[in-house]
Amino acid sequence: MIQFSKVSREFEVGDERVRALRDIDLEIRDGEYAAIMGPSGSGKSTMLNILGLLDRADQGQYFLDNQDTTALTEKKRAALRRQHFGFVFQSFHLVPRMTAAQNVELPLNLDGVSPRERRQRVSDALDAMGLADRARHRPSQLSGGQRQRVAIARAMIMQPGVLLADEPTGNLDSTSGQEVIQALEALNQRGITLIIITHNPVIGERANRRIHMQDGAIEADTVAA
Amino acid sequence: MRPPDVFAFSMGALSGARTRTWLMLLAMAIGVSSVLLLTAVGEGTRRYVNNQFMNLGSHLLIVMPGKLETTGGQPPILSATEVDLTIDDAIALTRSHSIRRVAPLALGSAPISYDQRERTVNVIGSTASLYEVRKLKMSAGRFLPGGDPTRGAAIAVIGDTLKTELFGSSTALGQRIRIDGQKFRVIGVLEAAGAAGVGMDLRDTAVIPVATAQSLFDSPSLFRVMVEADGHNAIPRAEKAIIDILRVRHNGEEDVTVITQDAMLATFNTILGSLTYAVGGIAAISLAVAGILIMNVMLVAVSQRKAEIGLLKAIGSPGSQILRLFLAEATMLALLGTFAGLVLGFSGVWGLAIALPDFPIGVPYWAPIAATGTSLATGVVFCLLPARRAARLDPVLALAGH
Repeated sequence: MIQFSKVSREFEVGDERVRALRDIDLEIRDGEYAAIMGPSGSGKSTMLNILGLLDRADQGQYFLDNQDTTALTEKKRAALRRQHFGFVFQSFHLVPRMTAAQNVELPLNLDGVSPRERRQRVSDALDAMGLADRARHRPSQLSGGQRQRVAIARAMIMQPGVLLADEPTGNLDSTSGQEVIQALEALNQRGITLIIITHNPVIGERANRRIHMQDGAIEADTVAA
Repeated sequence: MRPPDVFAFSMGALSGARTRTWLMLLAMAIGVSSVLLLTAVGEGTRRYVNNQFMNLGSHLLIVMPGKLETTGGQPPILSATEVDLTIDDAIALTRSHSIRRVAPLALGSAPISYDQRERTVNVIGSTASLYEVRKLKMSAGRFLPGGDPTRGAAIAVIGDTLKTELFGSSTALGQRIRIDGQKFRVIGVLEAAGAAGVGMDLRDTAVIPVATAQSLFDSPSLFRVMVEADGHNAIPRAEKAIIDILRVRHNGEEDVTVITQDAMLATFNTILGSLTYAVGGIAAISLAVAGILIMNVMLVAVSQRKAEIGLLKAIGSPGSQILRLFLAEATMLALLGTFAGLVLGFSGVWGLAIALPDFPIGVPYWAPIAATGTSLATGVVFCLLPARRAARLDPVLALAGH
């Protein structure tokens, strides 16, 4: 469970101080499907970065499963990221020199999982994304949709509770975008918390919960019937 | 992260950026191989000089007339020889138990002619002992015969250069040559190897009995006396014996200078040894330059791989792990570069050894160790800064590629 209590974040842009988040109170329960929407500059990316422990709040508190993350060391935050979050980015962020399988394997690799177990988990993850025959392809040999599905497989390989997707369809045509969204929703069906950031209303409408942001504040927070 | 995975990751990163990797490998390899090559040439020079001294004979002491004055306000000079060194002095030295052989040397320059050919060379007067003392070898005939050194015959042993100059390819043995107008019979020709040597090159000289030389040059004094001690341990005793015997013979005056071969050798060894370290050090500078190049290229690599570093952070890799990954990459690079450099350096030395068979080139044992150490250290040290920069990148900015 994710809880924000009066979370604020400011940036200095030139001489100006920009308040990217203003006193955000938010609670996202396990297994929810939430879309964070809003125009660019509304603070939704900052929100996602703080959610994923990539960034810190200046003020307020962030509880992850009732643990206060605000004062943790960088090392502990990295460990929490590894355990709890999978990231899916707009630009995929696959390592170009590695094959699809190696990209998916990377988190296991960094965590020191044994090669035998890694092989099994990677092949299962690629299977689940329908990419079994693409394991040895490099990102440059894959289509956009395939790349994003490799990225989803990688995000899921550590079996996180929360999947954070930042404009996951932003670089895709509508067909592959559709496939990617369906893949993410399938994971949500299996109980994974799915948080998608998007400015595309069509994508946002699909989520049960829609959080609209404007100027660093939550403007509307609706749950579909 | 498991060590084989760190290895695989770093190798992947290195082979993923070929040009960058080759450039850095080249820089390291040139550095390491130049350390090997330069120190090998230095070491070769040292060995060459050593060999020259060995040719001079072992356990050798050289007695020179005159005392090297180093006391008082005068600059050190060889004082004028008031009392000459004579053949009798040399004979007297043989009485010491510490002395095995004594070869008196008289030196002069004289024209030597055969047929219509004439050549002015150094003429050395000595005894049969010179053969053993200088470890000479004959290519034809024999050396000066033994016997009373105060009596001389009109015979000569000539060096191989002189032989070629006077006789060409025809035989010299038994021929009569003229030295300063007097007739001498050639009884032997020296072999080239062994005749060359520091201070006294016998290849272009004629060796005649010492008494004959003294009458030829009309001087009773000797140029040097070469003394072979009775073993290495006897050298200090021999030195003392020489000084004592000659002091008594010269009315209590200590008027000779004794130089031991060891002392000369030690001096040369020290000079050439430090020279080798110096050129090694200069070569090591090229390794430092390589280090700076590596730092530069790694800094570029870190900024090129920002997105990758951001991703590593997003998937939960702590900064310390990223630091280790970059250092592992640098270490691997340094190892590969060092290995390439060692191969390059040793093949260069091998090539030189083939090209210059007379030059005893050889890599000193410490050079590969020092080169490896220096290159690994530079590789890692100069990578610390880029690696720390990578480890400290803000994941949000890194992911955005800023």
